[in-house]
Amino acid sequence: MASAVASRVLQPIGTAGKLFAFGLDVARNLFKRPFQAREFIQQAWFIASVTIIPTALVAIPFGAVIALQVGSLIKQFGAQSFTGSASVLAVVQQAAPIATALLIAGAGGSAIAADLGARKIREELDAMMVLGIDPIQRLVVPRVLACMMVAVFLNGLVTVVGVAGGYVFNVVLQDGTPGAYIASFTALAQLPDLWVGLIKALVFGLIAAVVAAYKGVNAGGGPKGVGDAVNESVVITFLLLFVVNLVISAIYLQIIPPKTG
Amino acid sequence: MGVEIEIKDLTKSFGKQLIWGDVTLTIPAGEICVMLGPSGTGKSVLLKTIIGLLKPDRGSVVIQGTDIASCPEKELYEIRKLFGVLFQDGAMFGSMNLYDNIAFPLREHTNKTESQVREVVMEKLDLVGLLGTEDKLPGEISGGMRKRAGLARALVLDPEIVLFDEPDSGLDPVRTSFLNQLIVDLNAQIDATFLIVTHDINTARMVPDNIGLLYHKHLAMFGPREMLLSSEEPVVRQFLNAQVVGPIGMSEEKDADELEAEKDMELPPLPPIPLQLEPSNGQPRRSQRAPGAWCKEHGIEPPPGSFQENMSMTTGG
Repeated sequence: MASAVASRVLQPIGTAGKLFAFGLDVARNLFKRPFQAREFIQQAWFIASVTIIPTALVAIPFGAVIALQVGSLIKQFGAQSFTGSASVLAVVQQAAPIATALLIAGAGGSAIAADLGARKIREELDAMMVLGIDPIQRLVVPRVLACMMVAVFLNGLVTVVGVAGGYVFNVVLQDGTPGAYIASFTALAQLPDLWVGLIKALVFGLIAAVVAAYKGVNAGGGPKGVGDAVNESVVITFLLLFVVNLVISAIYLQIIPPKTG
Repeated sequence: MGVEIEIKDLTKSFGKQLIWGDVTLTIPAGEICVMLGPSGTGKSVLLKTIIGLLKPDRGSVVIQGTDIASCPEKELYEIRKLFGVLFQDGAMFGSMNLYDNIAFPLREHTNKTESQVREVVMEKLDLVGLLGTEDKLPGEISGGMRKRAGLARALVLDPEIVLFDEPDSGLDPVRTSFLNQLIVDLNAQIDATFLIVTHDINTARMVPDNIGLLYHKHLAMFGPREMLLSSEEPVVRQFLNAQVVGPIGMSEEKDADELEAEKDMELPPLPPIPLQLEPSNGQPRRSQRAPGAWCKEHGIEPPPGSFQENMSMTTGG
């Protein structure tokens, strides 16, 4: 009985360990030649194609909400001239990586988990191993790299669309001054803000792809197993991404001093 | 000329559930073996352990001096090049057409030019009777065709060992007979070691040189075909003749009451042993033995009517 409870408690730790070991396997296979360039390009294109439009559509209201919120708050402080700067900071540092993460995990990650899961239950992965080919090197590594690359580009897309959306809402709905919005861009925001946004996107892409691939290649028990794998991969990725986002933001704010006006 | 597989004290369990324990057998080089067993006795698990897809808890699987169960991954990938495996549903790569699927191992592991690849692929497609379907995707063909395509892919690297995971599941009796004939012909042609996992008794009675029976978490018996087909051992007898009377129940084992109830029941006589399937070109296979040779050697009287041409295939009774 005691051991049953113990194994229940320890089970999540075991899973976390296996996930980490899987990540290490992927890292090790990253440098194994030949690099699967074709698979990489196909996957990058595929992930981009399922994420670009939803991301752009999510980015507009995301930017708008931030602009509205920040705009009305800042008006109360009487610092309208900083509206542009504040919303850029919020979009670049937080909103863009988070929106990217949601889309990469929700659309890209679920597609990866479903694809690999289906291959697993059709015994394609077993067949591949029997034919002397490591599916991690052949299938997982290109997907992880593709996911990371697409995440970085999506992050750029969300940043641009979000800032533009914020601009439109600020100017049209809140009677902001177009010139002041743009002129204040650099008042609070600085170049490292952009870098940290990109690094976050890169890390989110990595996590989403590794979790999805792990869940996919470990799917079991027929079609239902694949469904479960997809579901779990999205939930786990979301949880991890928000925690990682918090950690990266906290570290960033500690080591890069905020720009003073 | 195939290679031998030496399995010693192999034990595998999932969590606390033992699948089978202390399985020891030697699969002789170049012969056809069938591994039988009721559903859920871990026949496929045994197959996957032999190729190293699953790690056993204990024991060894030695092929050409390498222990599959404990060797490092790099050696495992090397030794797997000796294998050709036919998976239950063919396990074709869904994103490639049949041609690319069958060409895949050649492109990965050999330096053949595209025209040489084409030659081999077409030869194997012809062998399994799938010429003309090379542009189809696996999703567009029937299950039987997928199986044959899987067989073609398993054969392109000229394997020394060919494993079949239920080649006859989901096939109609005619196609099963064709597939069985194909297996025998292939063995005659390439002399590889064949291991077939199945629960189709007609296959088991007609095709192999040796039969193994997995039952109740252990290997009940392994030996020449005629030894098992003439065996009076209750489990072997019940399974190979598809009878209700015997120790195997609907769910795993029968309990004491059920066994008590059928204690006095007369066991039906053993059905005659059929002739082994011969290669279609009439040339005997290297590992083939004369009908009744084993029985004569061991002084066992085969059931009346054995080894006659055109006997009925019905079993049980």
